[in-house]
Amino acid sequence: MRDRIWIFAGLAVFVAALTAPFWWAHAVAMPLAKRPDLVLPANQKECVVPTETMRAMHMQLLVNWREDVVRRGDRQYVAYNGKIYEKSLTHTCLGCHNKAEFCDRCHAYSGVSTPSCWNCHNEPQTRIAGSTP
Amino acid sequence: MKITRKDFLRLSGLSILAAGAKQAVRAVEQERLTKSRPAARAVRWGMAVDLKKCREKDGCNACVHACNSAHNIPQFADRAHEVKWIWTEPFATVFPFAKGSYSTESDSGVPVPLMCNHCANPPCTRVCPTQATWKRGDGIVMMDWHRCIGCRYCIAACPYGSRSFNWQDPRPAIANINPEFPTRTKGVVEKCNFCEERLARGQKPACVDACPQGIFTFGNLADPDSELRQLLRARFAVQRQPELGTGPSIYYLV
Repeated sequence: MRDRIWIFAGLAVFVAALTAPFWWAHAVAMPLAKRPDLVLPANQKECVVPTETMRAMHMQLLVNWREDVVRRGDRQYVAYNGKIYEKSLTHTCLGCHNKAEFCDRCHAYSGVSTPSCWNCHNEPQTRIAGSTP
Repeated sequence: MKITRKDFLRLSGLSILAAGAKQAVRAVEQERLTKSRPAARAVRWGMAVDLKKCREKDGCNACVHACNSAHNIPQFADRAHEVKWIWTEPFATVFPFAKGSYSTESDSGVPVPLMCNHCANPPCTRVCPTQATWKRGDGIVMMDWHRCIGCRYCIAACPYGSRSFNWQDPRPAIANINPEFPTRTKGVVEKCNFCEERLARGQKPACVDACPQGIFTFGNLADPDSELRQLLRARFAVQRQPELGTGPSIYYLV
């Protein structure tokens, strides 16, 4: 038991070293990481779900909308504030957001690959010119 | 714990009684739910195609063009890669039973518009391993392209050739992409969806609206008073291969 002091001193040093990055960040004002350069819609002030939730859960919302529309034929979304939206990627989401300047930029920033949505779904802006079939 | 014979029997009796009561409550609730739904909700979408009127306008392809541009259907030069939702075939091919020696003079070469029959008993949905295709409550045989794995069992099962497979990316073969409707991707099966997306907006299918002759009568087969049912009562109609037991929802007025 004579080594008790050394053991506890060692443990204290270990815990301090382990947690150093956290308290160091609090003690010294660290510059925030650069945020993605997103272009927000000009025509709308609010999204169908508050921004914080949307940031974390938009993929789940899109999957739910997809299942509702395709498999249940349920196309109306009642938002948290009682507003009614159409459950549509092309009409509702891309009606305000620009894919290249919003979706793609944040996905590139976060290192998340482009989802397969765009293999089939179109942007409303793009109309590939050509003769009618 | 010790239990007497009398207690055991009493407990067993009570358990059986409780289980029975639960079943009864559930049955009563189910009954109430089915009663509260309005009876008018029974819908089975169907269509009648008036071949007599179609014959009057030779060489017209308005229905096919309307569908192709509404649903982003690719046009491949190679017929092996052909994708089609609505198309035409000669009468003699569609209705091989009608091979009369003299009547063929009038009908055999006449093009008949064909599409998915939205069968009452669709063989394609039975074989789909992922339920990417299924029959909706309103009779539409629906496709979920998100879920299709491209196994093509449904193509093999469909006796009407209504389904096409995307052997390659269809986008380069679409002259004018309609952004309102998704294109498909390589490796999925597609077919006529009875313009499910237009019905949801209260519109009629694209082919029905596009036909200059008004040969298509779209309506509810489950409603005896619908225009469609009245037409089917008044005129002689045939289905494609009804003997297979699929129950097609497309009727041809000959």
